[in-house]
Amino acid sequence: MKCVIAGGNVKVLGRAVHSLSRIGDELYLEPTESGLSFRAVNSSRSAFASFLFAPLFFQLYEPGSAGPDTELFRCKVHMKSFLGVFRSLPSLEKSVGKCLILLKPRASRLVLQLHCKYGVTKTHNLAFQECERLQAVFDTQRCASRLCAPARLLAEAVVHFPPTLAEVTLGTGPGGKISLRNYVEDEAELSKTMVTELWLAEDEFQSVAVAPGSHITFCLKEFRGLLSFAEASNLPLTIHFDEPGRPVIFTLDDTVLEVHLVLATLSDTESSSQSPSTNGVSHLPAPSDDFADDLESYMAAMETSEGCSEGPPSPTFSLHIPRPAKSKPEEEEEEEEEEEEEEGAVPGTPPHKRFRSLFFGSVMTPGRPGPATTQEVLAEDSDGES
Amino acid sequence: MRFRAKIVDVACLSHFSRIINTVAKLAKTCILRLTVSKLYFILSDKIANGGASLWCELSQGNFFDEFQMEGVAAEHNEIYLEFVPENLSRALKTAQSAKAVKIKLTNKHCPCLRVAVELPSLPSSSRIVTHDIPVGVIPRRMWNDFREPSVPDFDVSIYLPVLKTMKSVVERMKNLSNFIVIEANLSGEMNLKIETDLVSVTTHFKDLGNPPWASEDGCQSSAQGRDLESMAEACIDIKKLQQLLAGQQVNPTKALCNIARKRIVHFILLHEEVSLQYFIPAIA
Repeated sequence: MKCVIAGGNVKVLGRAVHSLSRIGDELYLEPTESGLSFRAVNSSRSAFASFLFAPLFFQLYEPGSAGPDTELFRCKVHMKSFLGVFRSLPSLEKSVGKCLILLKPRASRLVLQLHCKYGVTKTHNLAFQECERLQAVFDTQRCASRLCAPARLLAEAVVHFPPTLAEVTLGTGPGGKISLRNYVEDEAELSKTMVTELWLAEDEFQSVAVAPGSHITFCLKEFRGLLSFAEASNLPLTIHFDEPGRPVIFTLDDTVLEVHLVLATLSDTESSSQSPSTNGVSHLPAPSDDFADDLESYMAAMETSEGCSEGPPSPTFSLHIPRPAKSKPEEEEEEEEEEEEEEGAVPGTPPHKRFRSLFFGSVMTPGRPGPATTQEVLAEDSDGES
Repeated sequence: MRFRAKIVDVACLSHFSRIINTVAKLAKTCILRLTVSKLYFILSDKIANGGASLWCELSQGNFFDEFQMEGVAAEHNEIYLEFVPENLSRALKTAQSAKAVKIKLTNKHCPCLRVAVELPSLPSSSRIVTHDIPVGVIPRRMWNDFREPSVPDFDVSIYLPVLKTMKSVVERMKNLSNFIVIEANLSGEMNLKIETDLVSVTTHFKDLGNPPWASEDGCQSSAQGRDLESMAEACIDIKKLQQLLAGQQVNPTKALCNIARKRIVHFILLHEEVSLQYFIPAIA
């Protein structure tokens, strides 16, 4: 794969990387015919972001050749290494004229080359690992509610919450107003924690199409990264959400750029029976009524990679859902064996962990049957090992 | 028991926020005492606070456009609330451009101070942000715990040096030692000293001036007979001093301290509309 980014777009790429760095520790690069995609996921698999840059974004874009049996080359690199190249946005803007990204399958390094002023060229050779495709399973069409607002509005709203705040609840109220409120985990905390709430009028948004009385709770921290990108690029931000428990999807759209941020949301049922279910999210909101701040991963890792030195993928954890799984739940977690058919959801790690909804799915490599489920579910990765 | 108040003036809001920020630096939890004419922020000298105490007093008329208070009873027309000043500080932080800030005592699930900030947004409408700060209501029988501390019998009273300078000196000293000796005499000289096994550092200030105190009792008036050069010293926790200085965002009109040899240091910071007293006990 070879691509060249020129001029002001280098800074855009830099900002995208900064945004992704707020999500996860690894940056996934996936060249496709429709552009180069940068993705990240957090360790608990409750946040996923992808930036897809169309070929027009680049001065030169060669995704590489895919044979009939091979796919375009994918890899992942340490976020810190990649971010280090784009660390200082002001200096990117001032001195970098062009950025070249070069990835040769048989090469041992991903090459990032910055062509700067005064004939200076900085070449970074980053170690990478091949990997499976990282893809969250989500569908904005299935979301009952949608809000579109200029990024500035949301930035102004979010500033009232402390930077360390974990979760915020977005809701709809009387008169079409939209509310944002910090989420307090339990009653005992309510008498000790300051609760901040603000209301936005419908006409401050560009478009509002929400199911009345709906609300979702998600992690603010991961959202802030996208918000600063949106503000800088002056693009309106669209929020797609559904019931509590179903993921919330933030999108930014542009002619040359498509950004998605998918965050798990708190589901709010009361009961907490333990039977796992096949689908993580697609079914009813899980009984777990707590927010996992201990973000135990409950999504299967998608990247089982060929050459990867990763450990065994973490199992798919499902929320504790009252209905029995389609497949027999295994009581020892950590391992799903089934691949093709269903996702046998395994009860996640220690039963009292509360989970957020899962929404990850693994896109199987061709030749393997894909997850035989509804879109929202994640397919656990099939990985017999470990 | 009822309380509602409103600030509309930007300068008043900014000044009030600064006071809250100062208090937040000094106390994790403190008492807010409301009377018809004044607000007090009080920290009593319990062990939990490291023995330091705070008494900060301001006239409500200088800040609030509206102020209505009904105390617990007619003869005791006051309200004492325990709260975390950091919460109020945070609530006011993003309110600096507000059209109005209303504070109200409410009791939904639990007693709260509800701070409602009205921010300008679109030309026609405004945005309201509310912050519910949980408070604890202090029952009448405990009010005696929070009386104004009396001025100690001090040996020396002296004006403080420029706070900014004092702050930077103390901050650097804080890296070297946990305790600082503050000493001063009646000739306007003050020394800040730290001493460790490896190093001792002293900063000397002079020409500070000594405030005249009306001599009510023999103690102060015997100052004339006393040696003007002799230093009264007290060793205090350097962190407390640093917190006091760090919280000062604006230069006070008057800043002085009273040192009772080896017992206590009493700081008085006076601004136009607010007075702050901070008592730091000496380490034995």
